[in-house]
Amino acid sequence: MRETELAIVGAGPAGLSAAIEAASAGVQVTLIDENQKPGGQLFKQIHKFFGSKEHYAAVRGFDIGAKLLDEVKRCGVEVMLDSVVWGIFSDHTLGIIHDQKNIRLKADKILLATGAMENALAFPGWTLPGVMGAGAIQTLINIHRVLPGKRVIMIGSGNVGLIVSYQLLQAGAQVVAVLEAAPKIGGYGVHASKLRRCGVPILTSTTIKEARGKGKVEKAIAIKLDQDWREIPGTEREYDVDVICLAVGLTPLSELAWMAGCRFEYVPELGGHVPIHDSNMETTVPGIYVAGDLSGIEEASTAMEEGKLAGIAIAEALGYLSPEEAKNRKEAVSRRLDSFRTGPFGEAVKKAKERLQRQGEAK
Amino acid sequence: MRVEDHPILGKLEKRSIVEIEVDGEVIQAIAGEPIAAALLAAGKGIFRYTRKLHEPRGVFCAIGRCTDCMMVVDGVPNVRTCVTPVKAGMKIQTQHGLGEFKESS
Repeated sequence: MRETELAIVGAGPAGLSAAIEAASAGVQVTLIDENQKPGGQLFKQIHKFFGSKEHYAAVRGFDIGAKLLDEVKRCGVEVMLDSVVWGIFSDHTLGIIHDQKNIRLKADKILLATGAMENALAFPGWTLPGVMGAGAIQTLINIHRVLPGKRVIMIGSGNVGLIVSYQLLQAGAQVVAVLEAAPKIGGYGVHASKLRRCGVPILTSTTIKEARGKGKVEKAIAIKLDQDWREIPGTEREYDVDVICLAVGLTPLSELAWMAGCRFEYVPELGGHVPIHDSNMETTVPGIYVAGDLSGIEEASTAMEEGKLAGIAIAEALGYLSPEEAKNRKEAVSRRLDSFRTGPFGEAVKKAKERLQRQGEAK
Repeated sequence: MRVEDHPILGKLEKRSIVEIEVDGEVIQAIAGEPIAAALLAAGKGIFRYTRKLHEPRGVFCAIGRCTDCMMVVDGVPNVRTCVTPVKAGMKIQTQHGLGEFKESS
């Protein structure tokens, strides 16, 4: 059995940030990821980030990823790639499969930063090849440089739907329309405006009714919705497309947290079932922490801050940071998180997070 | 279809090409890319058929979570092609149903 002080599951923005924070304070860190490369979903984000300078505003996702990887290397974090964590046990042992062999790793503290997966949407024809997640499209076009289709219809006008629509245009595809079931565009005006300037229609109170095709998507049928979200018969419109792209939200990847026995709360604003955690990102199971999308769906920017918070708290708990030093560092992170969680979405997330944390403190 | 030229990412750099076999047909892939990327680039969208209704399935999430893109790779069924890199000479088959594990001798 191998041993480490801190095992982090997931080398995305949250896991990388936590690893840097903890390792630079002196903690022995093992960072585990099932992919061939670290970085999570950062490297497919070719757009410039939002927020203030401290949030890496105006820096592209892949540049942020490269910077984090550099730092991780510099502070001596052990990185295990191509390694799937299949189990978590009550003695803080992880079961890991690497190269078809099982490895047991015992850790004083465990941080789960497993991220999220995309939601699907059920409608007639939704399983046809060509119906894909927006994140899937982003991975294919921006990382693997493969365009899975020429004519795309986007379902969902949140930031993901808008940004990926634009990235599809950049990759050379045609986006015939963005459909939004709600009466208003979901994402930031700046992203919507970019699309409109390129002539892409964004149709509100409109949803997908059906996908048609033989063995692959050939047509998408859109339909208008009334103010009670009911389909208005006779308003169907047919689009010739080969890809139907779903940008309808994400769900936390919570399997390991369930397995560890963490208590959960269902919080729609945060994407579903989320482990209850305190302001140190510690769950109801002592020594097990969460950060990033697993602790509530937000953005890469907030995932990085939450990762830092967990990294600092863990370094403190292991005696590498004095309580005063830890307090100062945590306060700085909390201030940045608060400044990011503003606006109508941010406020809702902030309230939900505070509610979760109150339960976490009372555990 | 490959994204050869990109306003942010630039030109697709030359990378080494390997050949893989898909249901008996030889196609070219970029060394190290996932099997699913190579198949989609070659215009192949159907990866498997479901067990009961024999409906086609393709790539949905592309990050190894949804398991829609599973195929038989070098005789091993249920391989997630979106996170499994190609290797020269790999034999890939469309999967029918749940696939069968062969007893190792």
